[in-house]
Amino acid sequence: MGVEASKPWQQVLDKIRTWARVNSPWAIHFNSGSCNGCDIEILATLTPHYDVERFGIKLQGSPRHADVLICTGPVSLQAKDRLLRIYWQMPEPKFVIAVGSCGLSGGVFHGCYNIVHGIDEVLPVDVFVPGCPPRPEGIIYGVAVLLEALKSGKRPERTMKVELPAGVDMTAMEVGQ
Amino acid sequence: MSTQQTENRFIVPIGPQHPALKEPGHFEFVVDGEIVTGASVRLGYVHRGIEKGAEDRTWTQNLYLMERICGICSHIHATAFVQGVEKLAGVEAPPRARAIREIFAELERIHSHMLWLGVAAHEGGFDALFMYSWRDREVVMDMLEMLSGNRVHYSANLIGGVKYDLTPEMMDKIRDGLNYLEERLLHYLNVVNNDETFIGRTRGIGTMTREQAQLLGAVGPTARASNFAYDVRVDAPYAAYAEFPVEMVVAEEGDLHARFVVRILETMESIRVLRRIFDNLPESELVTRVPRRIPAGETISRVEAPRGELFYFIASNGGEKPERVKVRTPSLCNWGTVITLAVGHKLADMPMILAGIDPCFSCNDRLVMVRRNQRDPQVWTWADLRNYGIEYYR
Repeated sequence: MGVEASKPWQQVLDKIRTWARVNSPWAIHFNSGSCNGCDIEILATLTPHYDVERFGIKLQGSPRHADVLICTGPVSLQAKDRLLRIYWQMPEPKFVIAVGSCGLSGGVFHGCYNIVHGIDEVLPVDVFVPGCPPRPEGIIYGVAVLLEALKSGKRPERTMKVELPAGVDMTAMEVGQ
Repeated sequence: MSTQQTENRFIVPIGPQHPALKEPGHFEFVVDGEIVTGASVRLGYVHRGIEKGAEDRTWTQNLYLMERICGICSHIHATAFVQGVEKLAGVEAPPRARAIREIFAELERIHSHMLWLGVAAHEGGFDALFMYSWRDREVVMDMLEMLSGNRVHYSANLIGGVKYDLTPEMMDKIRDGLNYLEERLLHYLNVVNNDETFIGRTRGIGTMTREQAQLLGAVGPTARASNFAYDVRVDAPYAAYAEFPVEMVVAEEGDLHARFVVRILETMESIRVLRRIFDNLPESELVTRVPRRIPAGETISRVEAPRGELFYFIASNGGEKPERVKVRTPSLCNWGTVITLAVGHKLADMPMILAGIDPCFSCNDRLVMVRRNQRDPQVWTWADLRNYGIEYYR
């Protein structure tokens, strides 16, 4: 990830970057049409009983400060554009965690007319956390899997690329890499 | 984050993704300096088409779909649906099943009100209360998990009864938990009533009179905080509320502070009624026989969700799927109050006024038409809708 690690100083820089990234990933949470169940479980992971801040994970309000997009819901057609926009606003490198059964496949809402049936239809997803809703432990484990992959330098394979459409000006998004 | 329209008139858009909102919804506040002079809300980001989807699923499948309208009040949605279907089928759940439904409903109310207490305090910048109340909420979540095996969607209901039974050991464990919670709730009541900064943020903010509450169609704790005494559990008892009645909690003031007090007292009332049920839990089987086909007919079903009155209309044509399911959720009824109360307050009070009605966006994303001076607003032809869509986006 990041710059081409050819020169020694670049390799060192890359190591420092990975170290910083793994130790304090900032997350942003977006509900793209879920029933709220996954969202309260995500919120519960932040509170004293589960407390993900001990891993350095912090929920961040602005997409421009975030490394990880934690996304729930089957992606309603109305929320789809907003989800893409949040994704584009995040600085590279960015990672997506899809939480909940309906985020994976549409789940119980399968066949409803106003949904896209899964976050991976819209964004490249790195980690899937199944469950309706997943337990907070499951969500923490999903984040831990992502961090473990980052630490070893292996990034989950990307199956799709979401590029900014031509003509959309979001130059301010380039800050960060 | 503000758009200038004319002189001295700014519109501050909030959402659909915003740190203060855990769910997507879009608000526009027109401000003059610090003071809000107008507000509008735009929902629809969580519209999934559940009512239409329900027509495509069998009665049993719908049970699970209805639970997932809302993750916070999932049991009460299923209860409302199941009660309507039972009414159509002409059966009644056994006494123990009805009591267990009430147990789940009241545990859910405790968890929902504690969740709200935390989120509302968080919106007011009082994060310590948020963390404490969510820590204590885990006690209720553990109880619900012990009873049903799941933390959020309990799936306790079946058509004609419930799935899960309570053993005496479970009841003892829950009693212990309730004792702890009652102690903590007394502490929170003390904080809400006596903490000076907290009172500064809540007292006299978003005051709604009884007449306003009635006019704007407020329901649930929001209305009861304005001295509008209406609670389905008391006025039209369902499940086991006739045998194990609850007392209605009403406050006079109608401001944000009253809403905090009403919800905390309601939680303590739930604890009291739970103890009574555990002492006198009736003995009977859990499920009654239900006819294979639900006969044709129409029915309504009303229950009191943590946020207010929840209303279901169910129509059957005798087939294996419902012909129509219409849901009217309490959050949607309460939105009108936010828009009205926002005017005249500071922009900084908006998050708390928004949180004051305990909004639940996933409940309320359905089409609503309020049009004055027009013909019957319930009937829209395809051409009408198309024209409306074109006009809307022009």
